[in-house]
Amino acid sequence: MAKTVRETIKYLIKSHLLKKKGKVFGQCLTAVGWVGGTLPEMYEKDGMIELSMADVAGGGIVTGSALMNERPIYVIRYQGFNWYNCPMIVNYAAKSKELWNKPCPVFVRGIGMEGGIGPVAGSSHHSLYFRMPGVKICAPMTPKEYTKIYKQYMKEKEVYYVSEHRGSFNNSKEFKNDLKGKKDLVLIAISITRFEVEKAKKILEDKGYKIGICHVLWIKPFKIPSEAYEIIKSSKKGAILLDDDYVDGISNSIANKINLKTNKSIYTMGLKDKTAGAHKKVDNLPPNYKEIVKFAKKILNE
Amino acid sequence: MNKIDFEIFKLAAECRNFEINVFNAVKNKKITIPVYLSAGQEYIPATLAYLIKKELKINPYIFPQHRCHSIYISFGGNKLKLVKELLGLKGGCSYTKGGSASIHSEEIKMIGHDGHMGTQVPIGVGSCFTSKKPTIVFMGDAAAEEDYVLSSLGWASTKKLPILFIVEDNNLSILTEKKIRRNWNMHDVAKSFKMKGYEINDNPKEISKFKKYFFKEPMLLNIKTNRLFWHSGAGQDNPDIFDRLNFEMKRIGNKSFKENILIKNYIDKLWQRQLEKL
Ligand SMILES: Cc1ncc(C[n+]2csc(CCOP(=O)(O)OP(=O)(O)O)c2C)c(N)n1
Ligand SMILES: [Mg+2]
Repeated sequence: MAKTVRETIKYLIKSHLLKKKGKVFGQCLTAVGWVGGTLPEMYEKDGMIELSMADVAGGGIVTGSALMNERPIYVIRYQGFNWYNCPMIVNYAAKSKELWNKPCPVFVRGIGMEGGIGPVAGSSHHSLYFRMPGVKICAPMTPKEYTKIYKQYMKEKEVYYVSEHRGSFNNSKEFKNDLKGKKDLVLIAISITRFEVEKAKKILEDKGYKIGICHVLWIKPFKIPSEAYEIIKSSKKGAILLDDDYVDGISNSIANKINLKTNKSIYTMGLKDKTAGAHKKVDNLPPNYKEIVKFAKKILNE
Repeated sequence: MNKIDFEIFKLAAECRNFEINVFNAVKNKKITIPVYLSAGQEYIPATLAYLIKKELKINPYIFPQHRCHSIYISFGGNKLKLVKELLGLKGGCSYTKGGSASIHSEEIKMIGHDGHMGTQVPIGVGSCFTSKKPTIVFMGDAAAEEDYVLSSLGWASTKKLPILFIVEDNNLSILTEKKIRRNWNMHDVAKSFKMKGYEINDNPKEISKFKKYFFKEPMLLNIKTNRLFWHSGAGQDNPDIFDRLNFEMKRIGNKSFKENILIKNYIDKLWQRQLEKL
C-alpha cells in the first residue's frame, strides 16, 4: 500500500534524527498521539527535544540551534501559535544569511487544522511569514511533495515554512493539474482546498463547464507552471485562488500578481473575515466544494 | 601594581579610545548611522575577555546586544574592520549591513544581534544547547525584562548548559531608570531559576571572583556599571557619573597614563586613515 503523508513525514523525521542532521524541537511532542502520528517514538537522547511552554523563546532556541550547523525541525502543533513562535524565525533566522552570510536554516512544520476547535489557533497562518524576506513557504499535501521539499531544504541554506494540514495526513495520492485546452475558469488551490477543488471541478464539468485546475505547492517564491498563466489568459472568466488562510494575506497578494501577468480577474476564497467560534454554526472553515461550485457558477454566469 | 590589572586596563583603554573616536565621528557627521556607545561600561567585557581568553584559554561563542563595540574589541575583534563597518566602507566586519548594533564576526565567534533587544538570549541558549560549547550572552538591564529572556534563563538552567549570562546593568532603558520599571532583581530571578546568580559592580576584582564557575554550569552575573554617553548618538546626560576607567587608571598610576597615550595615538591613527577615505 502506498505511503500516506503521515507515514512519509514520520519516516523523514526518523532518518533526520538517526543521521544526526539536526534536532526536532516542539512542545508536547512525546505525548500521546505524537503529533498526529507524524513523529517517530524518539526522545531527548535521540534529538527529539521538548521545549518549555515559553512559545516566543522557543522560536529563538530553535534559531540558535540552526546557527550551530545543524538543521533543526521546529514542530508547531497549530499554525495559529505562530503569532508567538515566529518572531525570531522571521526576524533572525530568515535575515541571518543576508545580513551576515551566516545561514540559519530552520525547517518549520506549521500544522493547520480546523473544524470545531474554536477561536484559538486553527487553520493556516502562512501569511504571517509571507511578507518577510528570507523565508521560503510551501504547502505539501502529498507524500511525493513532502519528500521533495524536505530533500530540497537539506540542499539549501534557507528557512522553510512548511504549511501542513492535518486533513492531508491520510492522503497517499498525488494531484494532477488540468491545464490543457480552453477553459471557462481555472481553480488555483493551496493547502487543504486542493482536495475540495477536485470535487468542485467534477460537479461543474458535469454541468458542462470547462474547469482548469492548478495545484500550488510553492507559495513563496510563488511557482505555478507557465501553461497555467496561458490557460488563465485564454480562459473566459479568469481564475479563483483558494486558500486555508484569510484572504487578506497571501491570496489577495498572489491574485494580484497573476492578474498583472494575465490581465484576467483573479478572485479569491479563503477563511471568512471573522473569528471562528467553537460550535458548527459559528465556525470559520476554508471553502468547501459546495461553496466553490456556488461561487464559480456566479462568476461563470455573470 | 598587579599585572592582571594592567592587562585588563589596556583592553578597556582600547575600547574607550575607540569609542571617543566614534563619538567624534558622529559629532562631525562622518558616521551617519545610529550608534550605541559603550564608553563607561568597557570594564565588563575587558575583564571577562581577559579571564576567559587569557586565563581560562576558552574561546566562547559570544552573543552580544546592541551596545557591543567594547565586547567586540575586548574579545579580539579586528578594530580596522569595525571602523570600516561604522563608516560604511568596504571590508566592514558585518558587510556594512550590521552597523553599530549588529556586529557579527566569525573570527571571534561573535554572533550578530538583530536589534530586537533580548533575542540574543533565547538564540544564545539554543545555540549553546546544540553546540554544548562555552557560550557567553550579554544583555542590558532592560532587555533582561523581556518575557522571552526570562523564560530562556529557565530553560538554560533546566538543561544545565555551559552558559554565562552577563547583565550589563547601567540602570537605564534609554533614559528610564530601573526602579521605575521593576521592583525585582535579576540575580534573584536567576537564583529562583536554580542557577547561580550574583549582583556585583564592574570592579575587575569582583568579577574575577566568579571565574571558577564560568561555563561549568549556568550562571548569571548582574554587573552594575555606568553609561557615559547618550543611549544612542554622541552626547552626555550626566558629566558627573562615576567613570570606572578613570578610577582604575588613577589607581594603577603613572604606567597606565603613559600606556593610555600610546593606545590613544594608535587608535586615533587607525581612525584617521579611514576617515581620509571618505
Ligand atoms: C524588542 C525591542 N523592544 C524595544 C526596543 C527599543 N529599545 C532599543 S534599546 C532599548 C533599551 C535597552 O536597554 P538595555 O537593554 O538596558 O540596554 P542598554 O541600552 O542600556 O545598553 C529599547 C527599549 C528594541 N530595540 N527591541
Ligand atoms: Mg540599560
